[in-house]
Amino acid sequence: MLAEIGAGSIDELFAELPEEVRLGRDLELPPGMTEADVHDRLAGLAERNAHAEDEVCFIGAGMYDHYAPAIVDAITQRSEFLTPYTPYQPEISQGHLQAMFEFQTAVSELTALPVSNASLYEGPSSVASAGYLAIGATGRRRFVASRGLHPHSRETLATYSRGYGAEIVEVGLRDGVTDAGELEHAIDDGTAAVFLQTPNFLGAIEDVAALAAKAKQAGALVVVSADPMTLGVLRPPGECGADIALGEGQPLGGRLDYGGPSFGFFCATEEHIRRMPGRIAGETVDVDGRRGFVLALQTREQHIRREKATHNICTSQALNALGGIVYLAWLGRRGLVELGELMARRTAYARERLGALGGVRLLHAAPVVREFAIELDAPVDAVLDRCAADGVAAGYPLGREYPEHENGLLIAITERRSRDEIDRLADTLGRAVSESALSSKQSAEVGA
Amino acid sequence: MTQPNVSETPMQRDRAVTIFDRSKPGRRAATLPPLDVPERPLDELIPSHLRRERPARLPEVSEPEIVRHYNRISRRNFDLDTGLYPLGSCTMKHNPRLNERVAALPGHARLHPAQDPKRAQGALELMWLLQESLAEICGLPHVSLQPSAGSHGELAGLLLTRAYHDERGEQRTKVLTPDTAHGTNPASVTMAGYEVVTVATDDRGGVDLDDLRAKVTNEIACLMLTNPNTLGLFDENIREIAAVVHGAGGTLYYDGANLNAIMGHSRPGDMGFDIVHVNLHKSFSQPHGGGGPGSGPIAVSDRIEPHLPVPRVVRRDEGNGAAPRYDLDHDRPKSIGRLRGFQGNFGVFVRSYAYILSLGGDGLTEASETAVLNANYLLARLRQGRAGRYLPVAFDRRCMHEFVLSGRPAKRELNVATLDLAKRLLDFGFHPPTIYFPLLVDEAMMVEPTETETKESLDGFAAAVEEILAEAEGDPESLKRAPYTTPVRRLDEAAAARRPIVRQPLTD
Repeated sequence: MLAEIGAGSIDELFAELPEEVRLGRDLELPPGMTEADVHDRLAGLAERNAHAEDEVCFIGAGMYDHYAPAIVDAITQRSEFLTPYTPYQPEISQGHLQAMFEFQTAVSELTALPVSNASLYEGPSSVASAGYLAIGATGRRRFVASRGLHPHSRETLATYSRGYGAEIVEVGLRDGVTDAGELEHAIDDGTAAVFLQTPNFLGAIEDVAALAAKAKQAGALVVVSADPMTLGVLRPPGECGADIALGEGQPLGGRLDYGGPSFGFFCATEEHIRRMPGRIAGETVDVDGRRGFVLALQTREQHIRREKATHNICTSQALNALGGIVYLAWLGRRGLVELGELMARRTAYARERLGALGGVRLLHAAPVVREFAIELDAPVDAVLDRCAADGVAAGYPLGREYPEHENGLLIAITERRSRDEIDRLADTLGRAVSESALSSKQSAEVGA
Repeated sequence: MTQPNVSETPMQRDRAVTIFDRSKPGRRAATLPPLDVPERPLDELIPSHLRRERPARLPEVSEPEIVRHYNRISRRNFDLDTGLYPLGSCTMKHNPRLNERVAALPGHARLHPAQDPKRAQGALELMWLLQESLAEICGLPHVSLQPSAGSHGELAGLLLTRAYHDERGEQRTKVLTPDTAHGTNPASVTMAGYEVVTVATDDRGGVDLDDLRAKVTNEIACLMLTNPNTLGLFDENIREIAAVVHGAGGTLYYDGANLNAIMGHSRPGDMGFDIVHVNLHKSFSQPHGGGGPGSGPIAVSDRIEPHLPVPRVVRRDEGNGAAPRYDLDHDRPKSIGRLRGFQGNFGVFVRSYAYILSLGGDGLTEASETAVLNANYLLARLRQGRAGRYLPVAFDRRCMHEFVLSGRPAKRELNVATLDLAKRLLDFGFHPPTIYFPLLVDEAMMVEPTETETKESLDGFAAAVEEILAEAEGDPESLKRAPYTTPVRRLDEAAAARRPIVRQPLTD
């Protein structure tokens, strides 16, 4: 091959690298390993994680231990889906393009908004992307965000806002839900968008339709972060006045994967189709009239529009979104409703059981579907450690992100959590709270 | 009855049917757990005005139908496991299956991202080790794995630049990108609130130093660069470029899309870059998945480090010979903040770390060498025969891991556009190169074979190009109608833009 090139050595191929930028030594990385050894090394690391197969997982807070059927992996691991690039050549990418079109149809059905893209990176950054769209659509640069919006979403929106230039006004919660009076007060004719989440971070279902009214009057966009798994039972954002509905797609057949990869979904009204971020598949025909699919509206995108693009994103999370449509097809029309009802009833049961424990209070009484919040009369970290020692991951501590609920705990009941497991949580948590309360009292007395 | 169209392939005859078209009332796949708690009326739990009235019209299909449907449509994709995919700038290298296996271990796949760091030590150690490996490969000491893709890394880099200048009390409003830059660069610049200033390319394919000097002022926040650039050429003036930008107080950003050319030979940090993003889905073998997931970690210099996104993955040495402890550090007052939820695309980190362990330092160096060898070999083959005549290389130099041809002579002499050649390649079982990019080159065709292709596979591609050009000499019109054998033929993209149909209308 070198002879064909007309070079004497591999080094000659690197001759254009100036001496002063050459590494001039070997990389300080270990030598290569056999496949079996790499497997064992990584399996050794994996063993040091307490995961949902080992313990009973009640942690939610944006990602959930739902059951993903075997067909999701079977289909997403096929070479034909796993190894292609973005479908720039539609004639040989119909599989992914059609799956995107099906995905868009399904997500549009879930949210009751007519336009969906083919997915974004994940949930919170999709919220920030909606902010960018809202600035373009309204010419305004002020956001009003409910404190019920996932803390990661609020933080990501703040990060992006320092770049594209926007100010954020935060609205507090009252009785678990967005304070309607405070929200109304915060919105004015400089508001580009109002950001809500339902169910909100504390699990409470928001009355989006009521909250949206003032935003609409002021000409601000209503952006709703929704949990797709609850949309079998909850009124969809599109029927509540949302201009944009988006959210984290992990619950739809995705793995927990310590936080990613997953996908974000993003839907909007027709009016915003040419401002949408990301890839969008569209239906068309080929020269012989056959039905086919292409990337539609590419003139919005960075590879064509460059600095005038509607977003800098290059790709969708095609493989994860494929898992999402496979999951939704598996769940089906009735399955999504039944799942929502099952979660609502089991969560009601869990809430009742836990609320009756000594040293435990419900943080709010608002209606919920899959997640609810409690407050403990004991240091939450100590309680969680005790529960973990008994094989129960009892929930997500609220203290760092909600200092007003220092010993708050968020608990998620997916369809994988049976009544027996909920009973086990109640027993374990009850014991852990009384033991932790006692020992913290003792140490306080010793300290005094 | 209409006559069968014998010229159609079986795949073409099999018209597109969606999962919604297959839906029949009452069919289903999922079985849910039985209700094992009291059946409270829903009205007691969720007031009716908050509830959905009509169910979402999801498909109603059985499991065998789902499996058959997606298997059938999967065959309408071309994929890297089937054939050469020389898509320039995308680094379509082999995806080792071991990586899929280790990513699926329950300790990774079922680890909740909000697990207490005390109980996720294996995951945090893996992230820390990957950070250290990328720092060594990039020659920059501090790494954040948080960005989800290259574009996300670019945005992070620009927000870091802003935070860095803000801290110094400097107001800078403009960012330089070369005219050969990936489209994500200028798009990221706008999204980060800066204005784009374009720098010209000189006649050797590098940054035009005179143009750069003229445009670098104290308003310039950053220069974004790819090196080797999108022409596949290493910019020999990189140290000079860095000196000009640094001299005016700007930062230098490295778009890591082309890192696969130089691993173990040269490091962006040693070239003078302050911030680098790495595409784990390019150089580090994460499968592209039809456009995602990817991951775009960033490596930065000491002066940028205080601003890195939170949380940071850190190692705390306990002393006294105790094992180190890994943790998430949220307490970083100068941080730009979060870029997304949780810790990033961990599943991608597992795959890429497995890849780095498999190859080792020597193996990564060899991967880059072979990538450059393969590109130069394929270029040498394409300098001969009809390709040499109709598709000359845009800048006549030795290339790195990719090269750019110009189809201008083919267009002028044969009346065949680069698009037509690309479409005809589909009939030969090859994915075409990247076309019409970089914008600087007329009728561009950007070819990146990667190190995982054999000589035979490169020879096969060169032979196909030769054969297609021979066809073009004889019957150029036939190329304009290509492809012939793909599941669908040329699609009407203009109609899809004019009157977009982006979801299926459903009747009930």
